[in-house]
Amino acid sequence: MDMRVLSISLAALLMIPVSQAEEVYFEFSGKASGELRGYLEEGQFQDQDYHIASSVAIEPELFWELNNGSDTVTFTPFYRLDQHDEERTHGDIRELSWIHVGDDWELRTGLRKVFWGVTEFNHLVDVINQTDAVEDSDGEDKLGQPMVNLSLVRDWGIVDLFVLPGFRERSFAGSEGRLRTGLIVDTDQARYQSDDEEQHIDTAIRWSQSFDLYDVGLYWFSGTNRDPRFETGLKNGNPVLIPVYEQIDQIGFDGQATIDSWLWKLELLWRDTPTEQYSAMQAGVEYTFYGIRDSAADVGLLVEYGWDERGEDASSVSQNDLFIGSRITLNDAASTEFLAGVGYDLDYQSKSLFMEASSRFGDNWKLSLDARIFDAEDANDPMVNIEQDDLVQLTAEYFY
Amino acid sequence: MNMIKPINLLLTAVLLSSPVMAQTPEERGLEIAKEAKQRDLGWGDMQADMLMVLRNKQGEESVREIRLKSLEQENDGDKSLSVFDKPRDVKGTAFLSFSHPVGADDQWLYLPALKRVKRIASRNKSGPFMGSEFAFEDLSSFEIEKYSYKFIQDEACEAGQCFVVDQYPVDKNSGYTRRVVWMDHEEYRIWKVEFYDRKNSLLKTLTFSGYQQYLDKYWRADLQQMTNHQNGKSTDLKWGNYQFRVGLSDKDFNKNSLKRAR
Repeated sequence: MDMRVLSISLAALLMIPVSQAEEVYFEFSGKASGELRGYLEEGQFQDQDYHIASSVAIEPELFWELNNGSDTVTFTPFYRLDQHDEERTHGDIRELSWIHVGDDWELRTGLRKVFWGVTEFNHLVDVINQTDAVEDSDGEDKLGQPMVNLSLVRDWGIVDLFVLPGFRERSFAGSEGRLRTGLIVDTDQARYQSDDEEQHIDTAIRWSQSFDLYDVGLYWFSGTNRDPRFETGLKNGNPVLIPVYEQIDQIGFDGQATIDSWLWKLELLWRDTPTEQYSAMQAGVEYTFYGIRDSAADVGLLVEYGWDERGEDASSVSQNDLFIGSRITLNDAASTEFLAGVGYDLDYQSKSLFMEASSRFGDNWKLSLDARIFDAEDANDPMVNIEQDDLVQLTAEYFY
Repeated sequence: MNMIKPINLLLTAVLLSSPVMAQTPEERGLEIAKEAKQRDLGWGDMQADMLMVLRNKQGEESVREIRLKSLEQENDGDKSLSVFDKPRDVKGTAFLSFSHPVGADDQWLYLPALKRVKRIASRNKSGPFMGSEFAFEDLSSFEIEKYSYKFIQDEACEAGQCFVVDQYPVDKNSGYTRRVVWMDHEEYRIWKVEFYDRKNSLLKTLTFSGYQQYLDKYWRADLQQMTNHQNGKSTDLKWGNYQFRVGLSDKDFNKNSLKRAR
């Protein structure tokens, strides 16, 4: 953790005026989890000669509410211990923030997470937070981002202004980790286009509004690209990949139409980097059949398409990909859910399958069973690196 | 001068003086619903705690804890914001709803783990709320336009005499063909509702108890007990900390307030 970032956050927290008469409400909650992964094959690279990988993680949350709810402070540290991968053994401050609520505005200061977007299989326009890529391959785990965010509520929508002091590097698996590229990514040698490096102050502005059945959002982001490009380099005489973080401007749009049982979803991205300008899209539809055969169960069908103007040169994995999935929700007391899907790359003819099942046990436990299967043959397809990393994962989470 | 006018006046006078004779059971049912709605107008805003106890056939219990805020809207359905405290794995999940008398409600769900706000389809009125025996439609605010009505009879009930009225949902997505509602003559409080499924068989019975009056006008039950006759499960819904006119306004019911609801 960058000390400057931490000190800005702490300074902000200490500035909160607390009127003595008011009661401070405090709440402690969180979760602890253990996961057991079974890989169906040994990995294709050196140091990946194992089938079983176990890991534990904790994520407590401390919450204070002051001044009758006008001010809240949240602290959410996170730590994971991994059996094999020293890069996956890592900690983060997911949140350390102060929110002040005014009449038609909010000021949110500190380390936080912000999500933008509507689609399920790829989060194209979600840009504020860096991906904690060692956590899972779905890209949904994020690192806490330092920010000052002023949010204004107007009749014509919500406007969010962001100043983002400090950049978080993406996490990458180490040599003993699975689900990685053949060459290790050496994060110690990360390069930046900006002379300010990870101290560069990024900015963003977003407008979002609901019109009847339509929810839309539009933003402009200017700053350090969350997605690095890679250059080859050496570490102790061995070839490695070095992440390079460039300065970009980016415009993103997300929209959803909610019509009867249909959800129509669209995400559009335009990005200007020092070397290229390109557009990308993720679009799809979700339809839900409610109360299947007079039961309480719902079955949802999802289809999405991902496109990137750069085609096979795209750094993203969803450049010309079709996704089909189904979500089954039993709506029982244990909130049992199944989600299964397949991603099909129309350029490389590679496939990735995933299945997720979860259910609650007792009042505090949740068990999940996940499976992921990767099938790639084309040597140019980035997925070929994880072709032998098919896995089954059992996760037990305890919530307190 | 003209003979028609006096006859008209006479007819009108007869009709007004004996409403019972002139009223069909449908008109009587609608009139009762309108009176009940009229008596419950003007509460403004409120907040309360909900405790749901779900019981399966074997008597095993699980608990849901929800905090609810609601804002009355003129000429529209209410706005409401619910936050889940239990079960623990969904703690912080929040639900924002703008209900409408006719047509689909606007609904958003906040998922705290992803910090994601999702607009969700509101078509699923008949689905169970959090695995309980309450359907979403059982918990939504009462609006005249949601049903057509038929007065059945007067019957003795806990609170003296009750109207018994059949209510037929207008929405084709409702899980019911009809509800039979028992409402007392004095205060128009609901004491019992029977729900008939799409095949017109008795599905559930809901009873109300522990009525208390707030602001010297508005009656709210402390306990609602729903029994499902077809699967043997039941859900108790206990209300606590009812507070009216706490100063909520539209700004407490938008996507920003949804994200920080917790």
